[in-house]
Amino acid sequence: MAVHLRPALRSLGCWCVLLLLFVSVASAGRDVDSGSNDTGRNPAPEDSHHQTNSTHHKKAFPVLSFNFDHVRKPFEISLWILLALLMKLGFHIIPRVSHVVPESCLLIVVGLLVGGIIKAFDEDAPVQMLDSKFFFLYLLPPIILDAGYFLPMRPFTENLGTILVFAVVGTLWNAFFIGLTMYGVCQIEAVKLGRVDLLSCLLFGSIVSAVDPVAVLAVFEEIHINELLHILVFGESLLNDAVTVVLYHLFTEFSHKGTVTVADAFLGVVSFFVVSLGGILIGAIYGIIGAFTSRFTSHSRVIEPLFVFLYSYMAYLSAEVFHLSGIMSLIACGVVMRPYVEANISHKSYTTIKYFLKMWSSVSETLIFIFLGVSTVAQPHPWNWTFVVVTVVVCFVSRVLGVVSLTYIINKFRIVKLTKKDQFIVAYGGLRGAIAFSLGFLLPDNEMKQLFLTAIITVIFYTVFVQGMTIRPLVELLAVKKKKESKGSINEEIHTQFLDHLLTGIEDICGHYGHHHWKDKLNRFNKAYVKKWLITGERSTEPQLISFYNKMEMKQAMMLVESGSAAKLPTIMTPVSMQNIQPKEPLKRRAIPSISKSREQEIRKMLRGNLQKTRQRLRSYSRHDLMVDPFEEDVSEVRLRKQRVEMERRMSHYLTVPANRQETPPVRKVAFESEHQVYTYDDSESPKGRRAQTNPRPPDEVHLLSESSTRTNQRATPADEQDDQLKLSRCLSDPGPKKDDDES
Amino acid sequence: MGALQSAPAQPEYRDLADKTGFSYEQIGVLHKRFKQLSHNEPTLRRDHFSAIPDLACNPIRAQIIEAFFDRRNYRQNNEGKVEEISFEEFLVVMSHFRPPSMNMTDEQRESIRKEKLRFLFNMHDTDNDGTITLQEYRHVVEELLSRSGALGKETAKSIADAAMLEVASISMGHMEPDEFYEGITFEHFLKLLKGFEIESKMNIRFLNMDTTTLCK
Repeated sequence: MAVHLRPALRSLGCWCVLLLLFVSVASAGRDVDSGSNDTGRNPAPEDSHHQTNSTHHKKAFPVLSFNFDHVRKPFEISLWILLALLMKLGFHIIPRVSHVVPESCLLIVVGLLVGGIIKAFDEDAPVQMLDSKFFFLYLLPPIILDAGYFLPMRPFTENLGTILVFAVVGTLWNAFFIGLTMYGVCQIEAVKLGRVDLLSCLLFGSIVSAVDPVAVLAVFEEIHINELLHILVFGESLLNDAVTVVLYHLFTEFSHKGTVTVADAFLGVVSFFVVSLGGILIGAIYGIIGAFTSRFTSHSRVIEPLFVFLYSYMAYLSAEVFHLSGIMSLIACGVVMRPYVEANISHKSYTTIKYFLKMWSSVSETLIFIFLGVSTVAQPHPWNWTFVVVTVVVCFVSRVLGVVSLTYIINKFRIVKLTKKDQFIVAYGGLRGAIAFSLGFLLPDNEMKQLFLTAIITVIFYTVFVQGMTIRPLVELLAVKKKKESKGSINEEIHTQFLDHLLTGIEDICGHYGHHHWKDKLNRFNKAYVKKWLITGERSTEPQLISFYNKMEMKQAMMLVESGSAAKLPTIMTPVSMQNIQPKEPLKRRAIPSISKSREQEIRKMLRGNLQKTRQRLRSYSRHDLMVDPFEEDVSEVRLRKQRVEMERRMSHYLTVPANRQETPPVRKVAFESEHQVYTYDDSESPKGRRAQTNPRPPDEVHLLSESSTRTNQRATPADEQDDQLKLSRCLSDPGPKKDDDES
Repeated sequence: MGALQSAPAQPEYRDLADKTGFSYEQIGVLHKRFKQLSHNEPTLRRDHFSAIPDLACNPIRAQIIEAFFDRRNYRQNNEGKVEEISFEEFLVVMSHFRPPSMNMTDEQRESIRKEKLRFLFNMHDTDNDGTITLQEYRHVVEELLSRSGALGKETAKSIADAAMLEVASISMGHMEPDEFYEGITFEHFLKLLKGFEIESKMNIRFLNMDTTTLCK
């Protein structure tokens, strides 16, 4: 594989270098006065006519002219995005590196390189890409929306208490511990930082204390740990935004005012509730409006995804208007909107939403890390060893202390306790990221700002590089439970539902209203009132088990169709079919006047002989068939036969084929055409001649979703079954005659 | 804990605590609830359970109630049904829902998981023959979907069939076309729900404080 990678690698490398150069040149020329058209570094214009005096009347018509300013901004943006994406591609061509080093680290390094190149070209070029406005308004929302929309609700709600404690109390603890310690350090004479006052330190502490969702996502996505830990760390990173916002504004206000009274502190606490609950409320309102809108989109399916994106973005912006927590608003909107929207929109819209969100969030994340690298180079960095190193150490220590002590308290209330391993991963996974950097950038411009920024960058680099790189081997070393591969088992879904009801019932019998009771009440309220308003048509009364089942069937059917139309056949197993589990059949069979086996063989041979002649004609009835050239019958016939045999085997067992696709959306009921009936006539693979009556059974699954009455086949009396079978065999294209010696 | 009217003496509690693993406070609370449900009679009957209003909207209430009267759940390896239960049996059934404690060895965890799965199995296997047949499984799914009207009934059958297929393919692997899969035995059931982590899911919180109030 390495052999033919090298030319690809080389060309990719060339393109990358070219692109880097171009990007740096373009950015370097960014703030040149737009009046003059070139800086001498731009590529020489093809036509020098634009330089000539505009009053020259006899100017020839400019066939080709050069006007870069016109498209400068979009051009640069596109170049940056292209660079980011090419980098992402490039990392996967070098598998060894990307296995050891998480992508986020590599992207930061690339950013550093690009920033260095730009600096080299032009010392004064403002390379501050991670402009706060740009970051908070354009780069961050897609990532948060993606996270919130696809948030796994069940583990999230089950662990909500724990997550909230970590997010709120943990972040507060971190902020105060770091702030106070840094203040203490600054007071030490030797450090020469006596000018730093308490409030600045506390502000610094509040910025650097928050766990960052972008960094956590980037790193945790690659290590695939179990659901519980993932949701704990990730949920914490999402929900601590409210705390960060409040603390940040609080301390900024206080440092303007100078003195702090008790009333102010009290107001701070109140504002925390306002910020978080207000954000959630705004998000929920937009979510409900969005769900309601999606109820009416059945005639314009194309714009459905836009509604989801726009309502969510509006929720974010509206929350930001009032200085409420935009992140919580965005998450609340996605969470509230999702179940109803998914029931209303079409399959294609669902796919569109999913892939657009993934695409945007992926691009955003990549850009954020690259810009982080670039912006690092852009800053002058006053370096104070003590301050920076102590910050890093204190961050780590406070995180560990916070997690351990909080877990001790939380475990008293949890049913499933958090073990030491879990605590370690939670503590170690507390990564800082770009949010801290952008917030630092918003600090008022005083002499401490640069020092703070340096410290923040160092902490970010430390957590992303050191902790990010080592967490994967540590996870392996500690044998932390990994994410289990969920196969979408219908049994597990049945039992999940069953268990929900069982536990609710037991709680009622015990007489205390616990977690399950309230969840059940909420579900019933949802079903009785909310769904009627927000979901169109009959989907509103569909129970969850049925939608799950429909989803699974759709998945199976699509997999079947796709693999059927491709010429290659995955060799999958599962030879259990309906006849193996239907209990009634043995009785029915005995009621038939039994034909001797030899007679049956004869009948079959005759049938097959007849069918052979009609095979050419019948082939066209089947959709899965390839149009075979009669001249190449020999070769293709065998292949075709094999293909069909596989198809029908899979058809009759299709519900047991494990689905290895991503989850597919819920759909309205789909009626399978009766052409599928073709492949259920199944007699030739088994060396023991199978009883022909078993045929009507497999069509059951196929016609599951359609209301067609082939179910009546099942009820056909034994006497009719022979006729049915004969009838079927006449309309089926026979899989082909097997050699006589194949049959026993 | 409060003063219970006719609280059994401490030795009885100690006995129960050893047997089921509940704490004294928890046993006290549950005893109070038992008396509340049985109107101070010494035994509970099915109609006492049916009288709980909160239970009325639960789709599987019949099976839950039956589970209390099923001798297989009393951990004495008996079989059959009883008509009325005493407090001890009530407590033993409840103890199936206790969460596993934190420092447990893997074998203990495994045995707790088996116990909980056994409880579920008994709930499904209503005719007590040691296997869950297709009919019984269909009944389970129908009960779950019992509130969806006619739509539910047809799909319930298909869902149960699909589920059965899955079990059969997981447990038996390859089956000859004329072999017949009798039903889900307990081993198959264990295998089926292996990844389900039931020991973390099938738990409720038993409080030490008395909060039995509104639900009559």
